[in-house]
Amino acid sequence: MENSLLSVRHLQKFFPVRKGVFRKVVAQVKAVDDVSFDIAPSETLGLVGESGCGKTTVGRSLLRLIEPTSGSVTFDGQDVLEAGGAQLRAMRRNMQIIFQDPYASLNPRMSVADIIGEGLKVHGIIRKRKEMEERVEQLLEKVKLDPVYINRYPHEFSGGQRQRIGIARALSLDPKFIVCDEAVSALDVSIQAQIINLLVGLREELGLAFLFVAHDLSVVEHISHRVAVMYLGKIVELAPTRELFTNPKHPYTQSLLSAVPRANPGAARNRTVLKGDVPSPIAPPPGCPFHTRCPVVMPHCKTEVPPLKKSGPGHTYTCHLDG
Amino acid sequence: MIPTMIGITLLLFVVMRLAPGDPATLAVGTVGMGAEGAAMQAESNMEDAITKFRKKYKLDEPLLVQYGYWIGSVARLDFGNEFFRPNVKVRDELWRRMQVTVPLSLVSVILSYLIALPIGILTAVKRGSVADKTATLSVFLLYSLPNFWAGLMLILIFGKTGLGWLPVLGLHDKDAASFTTFRYVMDVVHHAILPVAVLTYGGLAYLSRQMRGGMLEVIRQDYIRTARAKGLSERVVVYKHALRNSLIPVVTLFAGILPILIGGSVIVETIFTIPGMGLYAFEGLVQRDYNVVMGTVTASAFMTLVGFLISDVTYALVDPRIAYD
Repeated sequence: MENSLLSVRHLQKFFPVRKGVFRKVVAQVKAVDDVSFDIAPSETLGLVGESGCGKTTVGRSLLRLIEPTSGSVTFDGQDVLEAGGAQLRAMRRNMQIIFQDPYASLNPRMSVADIIGEGLKVHGIIRKRKEMEERVEQLLEKVKLDPVYINRYPHEFSGGQRQRIGIARALSLDPKFIVCDEAVSALDVSIQAQIINLLVGLREELGLAFLFVAHDLSVVEHISHRVAVMYLGKIVELAPTRELFTNPKHPYTQSLLSAVPRANPGAARNRTVLKGDVPSPIAPPPGCPFHTRCPVVMPHCKTEVPPLKKSGPGHTYTCHLDG
Repeated sequence: MIPTMIGITLLLFVVMRLAPGDPATLAVGTVGMGAEGAAMQAESNMEDAITKFRKKYKLDEPLLVQYGYWIGSVARLDFGNEFFRPNVKVRDELWRRMQVTVPLSLVSVILSYLIALPIGILTAVKRGSVADKTATLSVFLLYSLPNFWAGLMLILIFGKTGLGWLPVLGLHDKDAASFTTFRYVMDVVHHAILPVAVLTYGGLAYLSRQMRGGMLEVIRQDYIRTARAKGLSERVVVYKHALRNSLIPVVTLFAGILPILIGGSVIVETIFTIPGMGLYAFEGLVQRDYNVVMGTVTASAFMTLVGFLISDVTYALVDPRIAYD
């Protein structure tokens, strides 16, 4: 894609499974297997899928919080995976992450000012304590928290407030791109809405690009420009949000969408319930990874890897069926 | 703290008195041994002496009354006199013995923290490396060695029977009184090497395992990932974010160390014949000298409670989540 901010190509992450006294590698967990996508400046890409499909691993690999096995990640023209020490840290000014669990992701022994301001100090943006505190107060206001909380500790806040602190922290370095790793799934629904509206507001205001990792389709539908659906470490369908929700091509996407609760319970629903469990990512099924649960499986799905097909502008999917 | 203290001492007091063995018979027996043919002393004479001894130390009173007398004098910081050296006050002897034990334990505690913390941190940060595996295995081996065995082995190896490098008895040379200050100090250091080594290695092994465990626990927390995502260098992540959080359990371990610091190690002091608190307790126990035993045990119990208090306070100091009103 031309003028993309972030460009991911053939990203793979295998976790070795070790056994025995000598910790021999007996197998590989293919958490992410050949994932490619682009994100344009100020764009939000939703990434959805079941638990364990590799969404979080993708998000963390982009920031090198997990070292990917192979593939390439280009951010703003720079190769992220090749960057070492100082260069990588400089890059992290522009790429930030908001974590899922607002209770675990803030250091319990640091005050709000230190949590948010530490990045500013480390990157030499601000040297004086007083300047830092002013900046932190601005950031707190930006995420709609009262700046008087600056010297409190994380345990004194509620989940929603903590997530706001996490967002302020991510914003502190003025990044261009933020990975939201299930940023709202640990929160109450009412708080989720607040946080999402906050993120949307910040996106408009600051021109941020997001990778929005989630398992809740309605949340993703609300915030994303485009949505990628992952299954067993692979992206099975990627399309602009409206297109994906109205015209899903992949049987997996179709069954996911049929599971979204509708506002009108009386309306006729065509529910596709998947049978069985997700196969183990240690030994993914041959051919199409989805064939073990696919409601419209065909004989050659079990042997042949489905090709990447295009359906309309920006809509791609991998399936033997022609929609 | 005071009710706890009363509870502890009452229990110890009762257990001590109910244990078999009787200081009165022991004392009279020892006295009788001195003179030639004393074993032939008239039995009534002996009985008399025993009754007198019992009366003197109020051993003929009911247990609770005895405890009342004892706790009353302890409240005035008086632990009574030794049974066998009636002109020696247990309190004064405790003070003398502490001056031997405390420096020894202090050196060993400081050493074990100084060595254990870096080992724990490094093995946690480089988990799974060859260095980690070697260190973890050797620390585990050390931890499994009983200290009386290790002490005796060290004596065999470094003492006169082996290499003959180090003295194994007491803390001073027999001519130490005539030494110059420098030589005196060197002499003490020389004597202290083996006991300190034995005192240190077990605690060291335990501490470094605790440190490693604490560090590993913290290092996989989300906020460590947050710290990395901020673009902090690995050093800052490890030493500022991870270390400070994992020190909390290690700091509180200090509570368990304080009583040993004062009470000394009965085993080590006995093996190396160091006239400290541990040996004092041992001597008291062998002779059924209730005042000595109660004195040493009370000191240890008191220090345990002080240790808990200190660790509670430090807990609140190092962890902002904990507050005491």
